[in-house]
Amino acid sequence: MVKFKLNGRDVSVDVPDDTPLLWALRDDLDLTGTKFGCGVGQCGACTVLVGGRATRSCITPLSSLEGADVTTIEGLDPNGKHAVQEAWKDIQVPQCGYCQSGQIMQAVSLLKDYPDPTDEEIDGVMGGSLCRCMTYVRIRKAIKKAAAALRKEEASNG
Amino acid sequence: MGKLERIAAQQDRAAGRGPSRRSFLLTAAGSAFLFGFARQGKAAQVYPQGAPEALKEAAAFEPTIWCSIAPDGWVNVNIIRAEMGQHIGTALARIIADEMEADWNKVRITYVDTDPKWGLMVTGGSWSVWMTWDQFRQAGAAARTVMVEQGAKLLGVSPAACIARNGQVIAGGRSISYGDIVSRAHPTKTYTPEEMAKLPLKPASEHRLIGKDVKALDIPSKTNGTAIYGIDAKLEGMVYARPKLPPTRYGSKVVSVDDSEAKKVKGYIRYIVLEDPSDTVPGWVAVLASSYPAAIRATDALKVVWTPGKTANVTEQDILDYGRKQIANKAGGSCVFNDPGVDETFAKATKVVEQTYTCSSVLHYQLEPMNALARQHEGKWEVHCGNQWQTLFLPVIAKALQVPESEVVMRSYLLGGGFGRRLNGDYAVPAALISKAIGGKPVKLIFTRSDDVLFDSIRSPSVQTVRAALGQDGAITAWQHHASAGWPTRVMASAFMEKGADGKPYDQFAIAGADHWYDVGPMLVRALDNELASETFRPGWLRSVSSGWTPWAHESFLDEIAYARKLDPVDYRLSLLDSKGRNAGSAPNSVGGASRQANVLRHLVEKCGYGKVSLPADTAIGIATTFGQERAMPTWTAGAVQVHVDRKTGVVTCQKIWLVLDAGTIIDPDGAAAQTEGGALWGLSMALFEGTEIVDGNVRDRNLNTYTPLRIADVPEMDVEFLPSTEKPMGLGEPGVTTIAPAVGNAIFNAVGVRLRHLPIRPADVLKALKEKGNA
Repeated sequence: MVKFKLNGRDVSVDVPDDTPLLWALRDDLDLTGTKFGCGVGQCGACTVLVGGRATRSCITPLSSLEGADVTTIEGLDPNGKHAVQEAWKDIQVPQCGYCQSGQIMQAVSLLKDYPDPTDEEIDGVMGGSLCRCMTYVRIRKAIKKAAAALRKEEASNG
Repeated sequence: MGKLERIAAQQDRAAGRGPSRRSFLLTAAGSAFLFGFARQGKAAQVYPQGAPEALKEAAAFEPTIWCSIAPDGWVNVNIIRAEMGQHIGTALARIIADEMEADWNKVRITYVDTDPKWGLMVTGGSWSVWMTWDQFRQAGAAARTVMVEQGAKLLGVSPAACIARNGQVIAGGRSISYGDIVSRAHPTKTYTPEEMAKLPLKPASEHRLIGKDVKALDIPSKTNGTAIYGIDAKLEGMVYARPKLPPTRYGSKVVSVDDSEAKKVKGYIRYIVLEDPSDTVPGWVAVLASSYPAAIRATDALKVVWTPGKTANVTEQDILDYGRKQIANKAGGSCVFNDPGVDETFAKATKVVEQTYTCSSVLHYQLEPMNALARQHEGKWEVHCGNQWQTLFLPVIAKALQVPESEVVMRSYLLGGGFGRRLNGDYAVPAALISKAIGGKPVKLIFTRSDDVLFDSIRSPSVQTVRAALGQDGAITAWQHHASAGWPTRVMASAFMEKGADGKPYDQFAIAGADHWYDVGPMLVRALDNELASETFRPGWLRSVSSGWTPWAHESFLDEIAYARKLDPVDYRLSLLDSKGRNAGSAPNSVGGASRQANVLRHLVEKCGYGKVSLPADTAIGIATTFGQERAMPTWTAGAVQVHVDRKTGVVTCQKIWLVLDAGTIIDPDGAAAQTEGGALWGLSMALFEGTEIVDGNVRDRNLNTYTPLRIADVPEMDVEFLPSTEKPMGLGEPGVTTIAPAVGNAIFNAVGVRLRHLPIRPADVLKALKEKGNA
């Protein structure tokens, strides 16, 4: 029985400890926003935040999460209005949308490290997130828009 | 109420159920709870989120099956196309709402489940807007006509004194809303298709939604985790299954199964050797478990011995060689064009030039792996999955189950990528068979990625030979284009095949594009079914189908001829796009004919500065032009690509892509741009980054460790423009793909003087060609 924090709430899951977090989220905790793509950590569709860091849930066993703090797309913002989500809607990034939970979680993580990312930094961090509809032009644009919004938020808070 | 509970409640309302049964909260314990969108009854995918559900449907006015107006003023539009990234429901609803003069803020779209009343349910070929344009405008006109008639009555004026605008009927200073008209007058008039066809439609100048910017209705749900794809479907009590795939796509027979190791996996239930009367999944074994991770492990542990089918040793080279032999044989195949005088003109030509172009196998790798959930419920077999061609595969499912088609229903979900893979519904069949084997209980079949790739209906490898007869002045006097590839349409939908000039059926999706709009004298365009390919794998329709590879041949070849004749490739193409004879075009689909292709090409050249800008060493622009997807539905397309070639490594970097398109009327400008951007990057990916090959009867690559589609760092600057037009709208899902590969090939030649004739173009190929050129 692994216990951890999921989207701000304590949860425990009674499945084998080597179960990948992805399947526990989708099938046992009914959070299907996190997607199964490649199963080997190379497409990014399953990306969630563990301790605030982008993590591929398809290759993360539950046993490694005891006491961890996990955030999924459903828990990113109570109203689905995180600056990254807002930018994604404004720029109309998603096409099929299947990769976009992972793209958004990866972008949130990116903006923590690089509040004003260059194209190279975006390429470096987002390179592991495959979008088969090829919405990349808009992902880049939306990340810059979200970055600007977050910096503004930061400035007004400071 | 949390998001999940909101969806559950929304689904319940849509299904006509009370909210109570499922309105419980996620417990802190996080134990399994099912909010299971049981999707009973007519529940379906509804957007925008938060729109009132169809509670008042009974009181709604439904002039046609396509739309209804409820007493609260909400307009529902039924969408029978699959949503796989095109935001198709938004585009189609804009058409009907514009003609209806509806209030866009009160328009709801419903992606419906299968029902015979919908007619042909297919989403492919970039057809959706094109094939719905007339129907939805007529349906909108029917609703508007009734609103004006009834509204006039309620206002006590004549219909002629009224106008309809923004969901209201207005007469002078007075007005009444559509909702009030429905609740007060209870209109019941319905229209037959014949009656609808006679209604007057608005001119383009009166369009208020078509061509204007809009936020796609499905997008918010795709940013917060609430969008529900096939793989997210759940039913209470369902078990999980994974396929154990046979060594060959066809002809493998199970000899023995040993599950002694599988039994050691906690959660393993059993295996099933599938008996499939439809012969869709021969030689399959399915593994059942209580969770999907257990199904994955138990399948790995299960030992199955098969006798493989006869294609167990086939290679990509065998398939290409087979195609070359077919082309070398004058007999065989079917001709799209076989104009009088081809042979005679070639016989008396001053010179005959020819080149052969090849393309590798390509995987769909749509990001949501194949999956389907099936059960028997209330006398029907339900199959829950995303699908692009329900009309084609519902009968196959019925055949597999050996029940009448009326006992099968396919429930619609969002598709995590289509790209043509889900036109082939073969993945739904085993789910139904497994459920049948366990007494109709719900079973969720999910393919791991390697299963998905191994079972993919790949884009067939292809061989093409293009030949031109040249006269004394060097001008082309006759033309031949021979193309060999596996034919998806013969394998899966032979009734849909077209008949050639010689009366023989051919797969239009394995030759379209070669039937171009250039005036090159009499033409022979011959399609050859590569039987070795279709015996080895199930050929698939992949984004832009043959128009993704036929222009690779003729648009490269035209540049080669222009170079040999020292002509500018653009001027040369323009001289051939003369709009004469069959290239003059016809109403309603190709008004203006080849002159519109010439027009997009001229605009493109002005835009990109081709031939005028001075670029650094080993850097150049290449050009190509197509008519998009199909001759009968031309989206006039011109593409330019700027590349830099690194002579040391052979790496080709695409720096910029320009596209100019004339697709007739554009419904949703941002959606059109998005589709074209995505299409162009698919074109670039298949030109430089992705391709696999058949090894021992199966694809070599199984996942992203070796299969390398384009990623964000490979994306060039992009400039996409649509020329204004009020002609009938054509398709935009695929034309973006079509010009990129030949434009890349032409750009590489312009940059470093080497001609590549195989896709994808790998650095090693470039280095080899540079070396050969250096040695020459």
